[in-house]
Amino acid sequence: METAVKTESNLKIADKVFSSRLIVGTGKYASFEQNRQALEISGAEMITVAVRRIELDKTKESILNYIDPEKYTLLPNTAGCYSVKETVMTAELAREAGLGNFVKVEVIGDEKTLFPDNEATLEASKLLVKDGFHVLPYCSDDVVLCKKLEDIGCSAVMPLAAPIGSGLGIRNPYNIKLILEAVNVPVIIDAGVGTASDASRAMELGVGGLLMNTAIAGAKDPLKMAQAMKLAVLSGRLAYEAGRIPRKLYATASSPIDGLIDI
Amino acid sequence: MQLVINGQEKDLQSSATITLMLKELDITGSHIAVALNFQVVPRSNYDQTPLHEGDKVEIVHAVGGG
Repeated sequence: METAVKTESNLKIADKVFSSRLIVGTGKYASFEQNRQALEISGAEMITVAVRRIELDKTKESILNYIDPEKYTLLPNTAGCYSVKETVMTAELAREAGLGNFVKVEVIGDEKTLFPDNEATLEASKLLVKDGFHVLPYCSDDVVLCKKLEDIGCSAVMPLAAPIGSGLGIRNPYNIKLILEAVNVPVIIDAGVGTASDASRAMELGVGGLLMNTAIAGAKDPLKMAQAMKLAVLSGRLAYEAGRIPRKLYATASSPIDGLIDI
Repeated sequence: MQLVINGQEKDLQSSATITLMLKELDITGSHIAVALNFQVVPRSNYDQTPLHEGDKVEIVHAVGGG
């Protein structure tokens, strides 16, 4: 007898199919080795990297020396960019560095909240789609914006659930639901998850996937949290596919009413 | 020759092209990219791309990020 059920479908982004719906960042780990192990445990098949200047006077070690590039699809980000020009150039450099055709467009509009500059995000995404990139934009949880990003050819939309690194969880599940109704490309929650229950809750909404970094790397034990997130994403997805019971105000007995002893 | 590489002034001796500059700087990794005066240079052009006094060069690679 089958003792385990699997999720019905995989996450498809552009031309790639992923069996894991968890996308993991590679920032803030204590060491490259810890990072490598956390990625392995998380089961992620897509991982983000940033593009930065090589430090000329230091050892030129890279995260890519520690991971098997065959095993992961890289998603280079444009984190730290504040303009369309910087964003486009960072994406071009990433592609030229052999990091692939996917790009997480991230144009920051405000230093304190790290909220995206949505106007610049739309503009940069448009240019990069035309240039042949598979664009996954980090954006506000705004249904109109997400629709526009889909219309210009983005391969997914990645609304934030809460500010980057805040761990506040899904602040506006209703907006996420509206986005899910409005767009056909995968909706990936990017940023805001704090712990496993946040991840499950996001997946229970029916989103295509979750992208997280700080929630794992910043945990006291990142390896345990990587495992927790893997399970949470999977169980959240299963619960979504299973279809939860409706919420009701009053009790409904689980045990039969008939056949009670009569004293 | 004075170049500005990743924001630092560098006096390089034998860096007539991008390929030679990378050699002089001892940058051997495969996952790098170079921009010359804010234009990304395709890897296949490193051998033929000459460098000139005062050029601004960016050399980047992948680092951890979310």
